[in-house]
Amino acid sequence: MTESQRIETEPNLDPGWFEDRVVELLPDLLGAARSLAGDPSDAEDLAADTVARAWEHRGDLRERGRFRGWIFRILRNVFLSGRRRRQSRPVEVPLSDEEGEDRPFSLFERLHQPFLLWWSNPEEEFLNGILREDLAEAVDALPDSYREVLVLIDVHGFRYAEVAAALEIPVGTVRSRLARGRSRMQEHLWRHAVDRGLREPPRPGQRRPE
Amino acid sequence: MNEMERIDCEEAVQRLAEYLDQELDPDGSTELEQHLERCRSCFSRAEFERQLKTSIRENLGSADVPAPFEKRVRLLLKGLVEGE
Ligand SMILES: [Zn+2]
Repeated sequence: MTESQRIETEPNLDPGWFEDRVVELLPDLLGAARSLAGDPSDAEDLAADTVARAWEHRGDLRERGRFRGWIFRILRNVFLSGRRRRQSRPVEVPLSDEEGEDRPFSLFERLHQPFLLWWSNPEEEFLNGILREDLAEAVDALPDSYREVLVLIDVHGFRYAEVAAALEIPVGTVRSRLARGRSRMQEHLWRHAVDRGLREPPRPGQRRPE
Repeated sequence: MNEMERIDCEEAVQRLAEYLDQELDPDGSTELEQHLERCRSCFSRAEFERQLKTSIRENLGSADVPAPFEKRVRLLLKGLVEGE
């Protein structure tokens, strides 16, 4: 008898198995919640609500092997329904999706400037030096409407059309929010790198800055 | 083959994000790929953006779980199981 056949005859997953799977997936669930919510305590609430919802609907899970995809779908649904509730009251600075397109900030272009040429490969150095905290901080700093689009696409691999349907906005708006979100995020990462001394020229005898 | 370059750098840069997001139609992708094969600058840019996107996915996909949170989840599940 295969695992999936067994589960058909056993609709109620045993609590021990459920708890083990949840705890095992907790870093991923919390990571997803963290980047979507943009705030640590909201993220914990979102992840906890997801676990509760999953337990409540465990009868819908057909195969144990699909647990991961199934619980992530629940997490996104919990996030999106919470988001609809939040939107019924005015939040954050209104953003115009139609505003004239300012030239997007390009990290690549900054890294390609002549003063950085003493680095063998400034882009590679930059990418290697990037930390999870830097990325998390840059994503958290985005306005909610930019962050959710960017996270659904760049972290969760959603298609533009899927994001448009989930957030009930036109695909063109997804595209422009994504472009602005990425531009702001790159600008944030650049400023952070500059603060850390990216521009400092190497001292004589030193091959690379520390 | 004596094919003319179909798109220039400006057009390539404009299409790059959609290409990396796999949202570009096949013709548009082919034109961009042909440009990337010939243009070192756009190729480097594409590699950089692709790696940055990967880094975002890998780094933000999971988080360190604070011990009190794991405890909260275990207690939550215990409560749900016992409440049935
Ligand atoms: Zn080019």
